[in-house]
Amino acid sequence: MTRQKRSHHKLKRAVAPYLYLTPSLLIIGLLMLLPMVTVIAYSFQNSAVLRRDPSFAGLKHYQAIFDDPVFWASLWHTLYFTCMSVIFHMTIGMVFALMLNNDRINPTLRNILRVLYILPWLFTAVIIAVIWRLLLEPNGVVNSILMQIGIIGSKVEWFSSPETALHAVTFANIWAGYPLFMVSLLAGLQGIPKDFYEAADIDGAKAYQKLIFITIPQLMPIIISISLLDFIWTMQVFPLIWITTGGGPIYSTEVLSTYTYKLAFSSYNLSQASASAVVILLISLGLTLFYIRYQKAR
Amino acid sequence: MMFRIKPAMLKMAAAAWLLGATGTMAADTTLEFTQWWEPELPAGSLRAIMDDFEAANPGIKVTLVSGPYATTRDQISVGAATGTLSDVVGLDGAWVNNLNAQNALADMSPMMDASGFDKSQVADIIKVDGKAVMFPVASFVYPVFVNLDLAAQAGVTKLPSTRAEFLEAAKKMTHADKNQYGWVLPLSLQTPSGVQNDMMSWVWASGQSMMANGKPALEGKPVVDMLTFVKSLNDAGTISPGIATKTEQEKVEEFVNDRVGMMIDSLAHVNLIRKRNPKLNFDLIPVPVVENYTGKRGLPYASWGIGISAVSKHQEEAWKLVQYLMSEKVNAKLVSLANAFPGNVNAKPDFVTSDKAFGKAFEIFKTGYLANEFTGLPVAEDLMTQFDVQAQKMLAGEQSPEQAAAAAQKGWTAKF
Repeated sequence: MTRQKRSHHKLKRAVAPYLYLTPSLLIIGLLMLLPMVTVIAYSFQNSAVLRRDPSFAGLKHYQAIFDDPVFWASLWHTLYFTCMSVIFHMTIGMVFALMLNNDRINPTLRNILRVLYILPWLFTAVIIAVIWRLLLEPNGVVNSILMQIGIIGSKVEWFSSPETALHAVTFANIWAGYPLFMVSLLAGLQGIPKDFYEAADIDGAKAYQKLIFITIPQLMPIIISISLLDFIWTMQVFPLIWITTGGGPIYSTEVLSTYTYKLAFSSYNLSQASASAVVILLISLGLTLFYIRYQKAR
Repeated sequence: MMFRIKPAMLKMAAAAWLLGATGTMAADTTLEFTQWWEPELPAGSLRAIMDDFEAANPGIKVTLVSGPYATTRDQISVGAATGTLSDVVGLDGAWVNNLNAQNALADMSPMMDASGFDKSQVADIIKVDGKAVMFPVASFVYPVFVNLDLAAQAGVTKLPSTRAEFLEAAKKMTHADKNQYGWVLPLSLQTPSGVQNDMMSWVWASGQSMMANGKPALEGKPVVDMLTFVKSLNDAGTISPGIATKTEQEKVEEFVNDRVGMMIDSLAHVNLIRKRNPKLNFDLIPVPVVENYTGKRGLPYASWGIGISAVSKHQEEAWKLVQYLMSEKVNAKLVSLANAFPGNVNAKPDFVTSDKAFGKAFEIFKTGYLANEFTGLPVAEDLMTQFDVQAQKMLAGEQSPEQAAAAAQKGWTAKF
């Protein structure tokens, strides 16, 4: 083989993998990178989308949203909504997974519970919002029950009162999201070797000690992975909050997604909406990088 | 096997090519008409009107681009930005200011003048910066619906015509222990149109205004008095709970289910209310006014408007379509299908003679005037949202009506 032929062959071998990747790279570029870059570009323009000849705005729109107290309130609400949701998704998911993995519970009852516990996962966000709006409305079932058992003295406007609205939407989101943790942790529990528990029994370990020293460490990779993913997804929740409260009353349930939506489709300020969307993107990106690093480290 | 082309066929093909090339066989002009009306009308009815238009105007074809309201709004915004707006567009008065700022809408004044259009036949012409950009084709007015059975049980014998009478009637109809309230106020931030339909309507009904010289005047007496009145209804416990998240649909549901005595609502919902509760005994009255007011009453309304794209290459044909829809007979036909009031003052929809409730509403319509000051304002929905937030703060006891008006004024002024 001549030298020229050899180098040609080498080049072909080097290029071939990229040719195979080209279709997927093109799709990713068109469907993900292009919209992302476009939104970033909009955030630096005046009258983005609305004018054919938008001028360069620099960091003006970022300055505007950082000066807006509603943005900071939205950021705080987003963090509260997300952290509480992830913590309770994990706790409830763990309790239910342990229950479903427990051999002492009758298998038939376990199967029934398995179906019941997974039900919230089957509903779309819109249905969940409608269900909770009906349940928590001032004349709804929840108030009626709480009044009958004497927990509250008068009707509570769960979604319409600034004091309770954020807790109410967070509660609805917790209810809707725990099955992801439950299913993942149940799969993890079923993968823990029985030998560990038998050895612990021989050593005289109590149930809580087995939980702390065997179950949780064994499930830790799943807990961290799912928690990070849940954090990223919950940060972007929009339909549940939009349909239940619209970000109100006043601004008590305004989160970054509703704040951005209102800027775009109520104020038609697509430049500022893009700046807000870029902020959400950066926060999500930070979490995603953290997730990727964790996955690599494993 | 051989194919033989006959000389006659060749001659025909050559003639056709020549006719086409010289424009003798010119293609029809096709107008694109984007709107949200078709899905809201009986199936096929808008297409039938377009077919009649095409038959009356040979050489013009109409393609309907239809979708739900919100989708249409977004489509029109993007079309205006990219210069791809349809030739004829269905419009909401709340959009026209933005679209005009984008130079997306044609001024129809020269078209009216050139065609000798009788301007006195239209109920309203929406102008922005002196340009006639929209006609309301069909108007959906918002009177007060009263549950007559609840009123009778509460001893309300005379239906209210002033704010004071309304407050008294609302108090009498309220029995919180039975989940029954005098009035319902939907102020959800998801759809802040409650500000326009259920709050500002009180201002317009008394011939007052929320504007002064084209600028917001929310700190003026009319708006502050309205806020004070709404607060008094709230303080008296007459408003159904859940105000801050209540939507228009929920408002109608509560009225249908005998849970509220009175509501301000679109006439378009009459058939829906009857369908949901055929036994409901209700009547329509104009929105009550301030004491001693005897002038004409402003009647809040939402409309199906129409305009022409500034970049349309077929503005002449587009104007023919607009004229057609605004003509007496066609307008009457369209609004009869939509259960709306006409954009042509001479048109009389058939339902006003066949239906008592619509007939009464038509009387209210004829004795008053259409009033919706949000039409043509910049970012109208955003203005409603801002006012909504301040009204919610007031109803939550965080501020007075004066403070709410001042805060809303500050927010609105920044948008003008």
